Amino acid sequence: MEFINYLTEMFEKTFIRDDRYKLFLEGFKNTLVIAVFATLLGVVIGLIVAVVKVWYKQYPKNVLLKILNFIAEIYTTIIRGTPVVVQLMLSYFVIFAASDKAVLVGIIAFSFNSGAYVSEIIRAGINAVDKGQTEAGRSLGLSQSRTMISIVLPQAFKNILPALGNEFIAILKETSVIGYLGVVDLTKAGEMVRSRTADAFFCLIFVAAVYLVLVLGLSALFKKMEKRMSKSDRG
Amino acid sequence: MIEVKDLYKTFDNKKMVLNGITETIHQGEKVVIIGPSGSGKSTFLRCLNLLEQPTKGNIFFKGVDITDPKTDINKLRQQMGMVFQHFNLFPHMSILENISFAPIKLKLQSKEQALENANKLLKRIGLSDKVKSYPNQLSGGQKQRVAIVRALAMNPSVMLFDEPTSALDPEMVGEVLELMKELAEDGMTMAVVTHEMGFAKEVANRVLFMDEGAIIEQGTPDEIFNHPTNQRTQDFLAKVL
Repeated sequence: MEFINYLTEMFEKTFIRDDRYKLFLEGFKNTLVIAVFATLLGVVIGLIVAVVKVWYKQYPKNVLLKILNFIAEIYTTIIRGTPVVVQLMLSYFVIFAASDKAVLVGIIAFSFNSGAYVSEIIRAGINAVDKGQTEAGRSLGLSQSRTMISIVLPQAFKNILPALGNEFIAILKETSVIGYLGVVDLTKAGEMVRSRTADAFFCLIFVAAVYLVLVLGLSALFKKMEKRMSKSDRG
Repeated sequence: MIEVKDLYKTFDNKKMVLNGITETIHQGEKVVIIGPSGSGKSTFLRCLNLLEQPTKGNIFFKGVDITDPKTDINKLRQQMGMVFQHFNLFPHMSILENISFAPIKLKLQSKEQALENANKLLKRIGLSDKVKSYPNQLSGGQKQRVAIVRALAMNPSVMLFDEPTSALDPEMVGEVLELMKELAEDGMTMAVVTHEMGFAKEVANRVLFMDEGAIIEQGTPDEIFNHPTNQRTQDFLAKVL
């Protein structure tokens, strides 16, 4: 009985009093917005970087590819070699110091961070596709990029779907450091409410539960996609 | 139709694979290339549509130098069908899509025409019931026959075959060779790398024997198989026949 009383009291304190639920709603919205856009942009960046690296390996004499590959190598080295929080703060306080759009800067920083990891996943996926697939595409007169887009990438994506799912889950959780820029995301909202209610248990468990539900939803989505894409596996 | 002039190919590890080949394949000819493994016969064939970049030498296709960097190789490849040892069907596409994808994407035919043509080709090889199947649901022989008609769907003027039956179970070799014979009878220009000496004897106008990156001997099937003059040809045939 006592526990139930505690719960009702904390529910009131955490969500109702001073309209604190609005803080959580804003945090939830920001977390989702940053995670979704960073994921999408991260895939685009990762795809470009991966294709540059793969093509450079195929055509090491191409000068343009050589330059692009050099940039790509520096990019992945720096991103993978430094903490995401530092990248985030560098982006906000140094690179985009003139901007006060913390959410936007956060999206950009997380995108570039994620892109470096995604590029390695995609590169591995492309390399795992049999070389004969490219040769078959090219021998039919398809261009290099058309072959990549229509023949190689669909097969690569099918194979790397589980790894991509992991990466998306990681981004979703990593966005919790956006509070460093003063953005109210889910974690920051929880932290703010905690400092006001002086009770860590209830609101932090709540925040954790929301992340967990989001991650479970994401995993379910990827399971479904895997199942759909495996239709050509039926033997 | 295809003129090869003084073709050399060296791989990155400095290994000389093609050692100065000059050869002409005429319209309607069926040229079969035989030789021990590692003799460069597959590399030679793959140079013809530039899947391998020659180190030196020129290849002319219908009078156009395809080794010239300014040549639009994609356009020329549309006219050179290629069949691979491992079929290389696209596993994420249905059989119908495998055959019609390139003609549609390259706007050689309207979608309706391409699909109709693909269906016609599938009917010809007796696989009409596999239209919606995926490559993994087919036997090796069926896959290779689909791969052949996928190349045919582009209406090529020459067909290159790179050991088309080497990856097949023995009982499936016949159906693939049968389809290739039909093509030959229809007058298709063909260059075939194969270990099927029976096919060479029956179909070839000319047999090339390659060893160590060069064409050592060539002639009609009768000349090569019954009266080989070169010692290496004789040794090779003694082993395989």
